[in-house]
Amino acid sequence: MSIEIRGVTRKFGDFAALSNVSLTVPRGELVALLGPSGSGKTTLLRIIAGLESCDTGSVLFSGEEATDRDVRDRGVGFVFQHYALFRHMTVFDNVAFGLTVRPRSNRPGKAAIRDRVRELLRLVQLESVGDRYPAQLSGGQRQRIALARALAVEPEVLLLDEPFGALDARVRKELRGWLRRLHDEMSITSVFVTHDQEEALEVADRVVVMNEGRIEQVGSPDEVYERPANPFVYNFLGHVNIFHGRVHAGRGTIGSLVVDLPDHAAANDAHAVAYVRPHDIEVTREQADAGATRAIIRHLHTAGPVVRLELERQDGGGVVEAELSRERYRELHLEVGEHVFIRPRNLRVFLEDYTI
Amino acid sequence: MNGRAARRRGMTEKAWVRWGLTGIAVLYLGIFLFVPLAAVFAQALEKGVGVYLDAFREADALSAIRLTLLTAAIAVPLNLVFGVAAAWAVAKFDFPGRQVLITLIDLPFSVSPVISGLIYVLIFGLQGWFGPWLTDHGVKIIFAVPGLVLATVFVTFPFVARELIPLMEAQGTEEEEAARVLGASGLKTFLRVTLPNVKWGLLYGVILCNARAMGEFGAVSVVSGHIRGATNTIPLHVEILYNEYNFVAAFAVASLLALLALVTLAVKSLAEWKFRAELAGRKMEQGGRS
Repeated sequence: MSIEIRGVTRKFGDFAALSNVSLTVPRGELVALLGPSGSGKTTLLRIIAGLESCDTGSVLFSGEEATDRDVRDRGVGFVFQHYALFRHMTVFDNVAFGLTVRPRSNRPGKAAIRDRVRELLRLVQLESVGDRYPAQLSGGQRQRIALARALAVEPEVLLLDEPFGALDARVRKELRGWLRRLHDEMSITSVFVTHDQEEALEVADRVVVMNEGRIEQVGSPDEVYERPANPFVYNFLGHVNIFHGRVHAGRGTIGSLVVDLPDHAAANDAHAVAYVRPHDIEVTREQADAGATRAIIRHLHTAGPVVRLELERQDGGGVVEAELSRERYRELHLEVGEHVFIRPRNLRVFLEDYTI
Repeated sequence: MNGRAARRRGMTEKAWVRWGLTGIAVLYLGIFLFVPLAAVFAQALEKGVGVYLDAFREADALSAIRLTLLTAAIAVPLNLVFGVAAAWAVAKFDFPGRQVLITLIDLPFSVSPVISGLIYVLIFGLQGWFGPWLTDHGVKIIFAVPGLVLATVFVTFPFVARELIPLMEAQGTEEEEAARVLGASGLKTFLRVTLPNVKWGLLYGVILCNARAMGEFGAVSVVSGHIRGATNTIPLHVEILYNEYNFVAAFAVASLLALLALVTLAVKSLAEWKFRAELAGRKMEQGGRS
């Protein structure tokens, strides 16, 4: 089932949680709603589920108007951030709930329900915990039970609200991969909310970056990471260094670096901000060309797959973060307090009137 | 010694402070609770078990017991329904006037029971608003059973709601939302999710409500008219016997209320214990989230 959001606005008092948001989720896709808290991503998810109403705009399922359809009739599965398992019921009864509350006329028989629950518990790899209570399970187990419960009613859309938000880092990573595989097997249209960019980029087919009730960019993980549409997306997706400079008639001057900026040919001595990812900072011992800036190494973080450097620019431009591969780091024999030269390899310039 | 015990000891006061405080508490309970309780039973059994039991064989005493049970049997279910409905509305929904409702629920706690009784006399009494109309139609509320029930309902209505509101508020609405998404109707959501989650808190509230309903004196006294064998509840009957210097019978009937109090305490402890397990389960769940 495809989902279409058309011009949805939702206000809570004076606060606009969503302002005129439109979005299409094609059938079978796994989409991440990514944004900081207060960006409206959870509200959007709840509007899709029917748990929240919208002031204006409409929601369409498979092209059919569904804005006023009751939650119960939407055929969605919803996984809550804090699991919302029924604490007085066993795991088995939790998973069976959606089937046992059906009207008698289309409720499966006891044996059919039992088989279905067993099958789902097998799917989430928790066959042995059926007669335990939610309080006796770990966070990761509870989340998988919540997912099994949502899937029991064979929803056409699966909605997940910060599904891994409350779990520790290791379990999170594990469940992420697992959710991706599960989606690939069942290819059910899924939307999940997250504030973790790594999670969104790793799991989703498409990422919807949201901020202050608006959609900033929609695209594949590569697109939003490599070609952020604006400074907000740049800032939100991963670490970034900011350089200030000026742009005039398609040429930018950022510190001692001069670059061609054909996108900004019309700019007339405008204030510009350049964004550079830490791994796009080139570090050298000798000054390779006039564009390189002198900097002092303040800190070295050598633990992990890449070496992170904190450098202080000698031209007063502040602190720059750089990432080097371990090989490159060994080649350079870097020590804290040494002078090196840095040069942005790849940068993206936005004129100042874009505010973050 | 494990860390917890060590930490505990580190936080403890000096021995004489601990014993002193415990001693004061025990002494206080002894003077104000155990001695009077023992006195009730001692007085009641002063002239032997036979005389004690005779107090209950008297027609007026039996009628008082029956009336008390009847009043409680009407007031408690009514307040159970009201309490659950009010708590549900207040805890799970946001609506204009919510705060006013919360305040109103507490009203009987802040009003003197005598006033609570007088309100009904003013409304339904002979000189009251509806008094003449009621008399014309042969309906008797004041100095009759309906008045007793009304006064009791008024005095006891906060108990269930007060017990449930904080519990339901703490539990939030996520489980109800989950049930709705899974296709449960409003009624099924209430019966299978909301109600089981608060069952021990509910029982606790009902027990307190019942104890008060059976023991209420002030409000009931105003509307009763003290007609022996007709509008006397147990507390009113005790007063009459006492005023007649019939101490043994007075204390014998009073011992019934004391017994009721003890049973209430026992059931309450059980409910509290289970209730705490309910809350602890909740906390554990929250702890697992961090």
